[in-house]
Amino acid sequence: MADPILEVQDIHCGYDGVPVIHGISLEVTPGELVAIVGANGAGKTTTMKTIAGLMHPFSGSIHFEGRDISRMKAHETIRLGVSYVPEGRRLFSKLTIQENLELGAFTKNDRREIGQSLEQVFELFPKLYDRRTQVAETMSGGEQQMVAIARGLMSSPRLLLLDELSLGLMPSLVEKVMEAVISINRTGVTVLLVEQMVQEALEIADRGYVIQTGKIVQQGTARELLDSPEVRKAYMGM
Amino acid sequence: MATFLQVAFDGLLNGLLYALVAAGLSLIWGVMDVINFAHGEFLMIAMYFSYWLGFIWKIDPIISSVAGGAFVFIVGALTYRLVIRRTIGKSAMSALLATFGLSMLIKNICLNRFSPNFRLLQDTLLGGKTFNLAGIIIPVPQLVIGLVALALLFVVYRLVKKTRLGWAIQATAMDKEAAELMGINTERIYLLVFGLGGACVGIAGGLLPSYLAVHPEVGALFSLIAFVCVAMGGFGSIPGALLASLLIGLVEAFAGFYIAPVFKYVAVFGLYLVVVMVRPRGLFGW
Repeated sequence: MADPILEVQDIHCGYDGVPVIHGISLEVTPGELVAIVGANGAGKTTTMKTIAGLMHPFSGSIHFEGRDISRMKAHETIRLGVSYVPEGRRLFSKLTIQENLELGAFTKNDRREIGQSLEQVFELFPKLYDRRTQVAETMSGGEQQMVAIARGLMSSPRLLLLDELSLGLMPSLVEKVMEAVISINRTGVTVLLVEQMVQEALEIADRGYVIQTGKIVQQGTARELLDSPEVRKAYMGM
Repeated sequence: MATFLQVAFDGLLNGLLYALVAAGLSLIWGVMDVINFAHGEFLMIAMYFSYWLGFIWKIDPIISSVAGGAFVFIVGALTYRLVIRRTIGKSAMSALLATFGLSMLIKNICLNRFSPNFRLLQDTLLGGKTFNLAGIIIPVPQLVIGLVALALLFVVYRLVKKTRLGWAIQATAMDKEAAELMGINTERIYLLVFGLGGACVGIAGGLLPSYLAVHPEVGALFSLIAFVCVAMGGFGSIPGALLASLLIGLVEAFAGFYIAPVFKYVAVFGLYLVVVMVRPRGLFGW
């Protein structure tokens, strides 16, 4: 197996000294699509924030392409190639789609490069091109999610972290968003995603981790997890 | 009619000066949710800076104002680094009290060093000059400050609305964490915004000694009026601050002339009360 692009080793993390995550380890190899699934409040978003650099672990380490990024801030990790699409989209609501996307490429200085990135994301989400002058807050939830993903891609990341893409979307849109994730992954971007909608996430993923109250309780290929009686019972109501 | 136009014009020129002071305050508030109580003192520092340059080296306020802008930019940036940064993420009260304390400190240092005397620069390039335009007497120093204010407001507005740096500033204001995720160093944006806010009053303050006397209390009234302009225009909105400032300049001039000079601030703050009662978010507030 190739060297992992992301290696998380036994991180403990939380807010104001109160631990939320109690020793999580995981690995993602280049080109993979890995899902972290689990119930609300299990510590999925905290894990993602810690990888992105919005929070720092109390102990343990995070390596990206062999480099220790556990103490790096978010505005530094994105320059290395880690892009995080946060839970709840977090678009810049008063700015237009185009301005939001350009901010996604804030780490790039070359106009031509930014233009190329724009072309790529418009190719992926053609609808956004027609709406590019529209202010973000006037768009529907599904469209906003597309913008959030597109914005996350603008920095041409090698690792894309996607947090609760399905949140507040109707099922038909969830499916569309998941399809978009597959096509992004096919272009060579490694994807780590976090989802409450366990089945939908595992259906598109190569591998998965199940997280419960701040610990990983199960891991394996997506197929294994989908077939596992525990996962089916706990998260799919079967 | 000529008198009316004269009073209106004087009011508008004053309003432009208020707008420049208010713009800095508004920018800092809009991006950081911090009310800078020391804003008037920043103006006062620039006035002393320009006064002493003029008094000792005979440098004209027109030139000093550029240096004053740069000087207060640094003062603002240092204020952020040393004081404001420690209050970010704590209760809004702490930034308020910290800047209030800072304003007292600056005022008293100036009182101690420079005495409470009023100081006015003599023989400046613009000082005392006027010209007559169709019956209206236009004081040159005020006109220059007004034009500089207008130009600076336009530059700051363009910067915030039309440049990548400006979008980064807006992004930081809307969602700091998400801005970090874009690769924006929000610490640096805060530093820059505080510096820019300072530079606005720095330039205004640098020009002022050609017609307004410097003393340690000079900032107090300006900061009070600037607060009113910012609140009336809608916190964080630069066009709002401009409109409110012009309105306040006019009201101040008319009330002072047609009712009584002592009455002018009653009218100004009365107008403010009415506006915030009818539109609590201000004229251009979100």
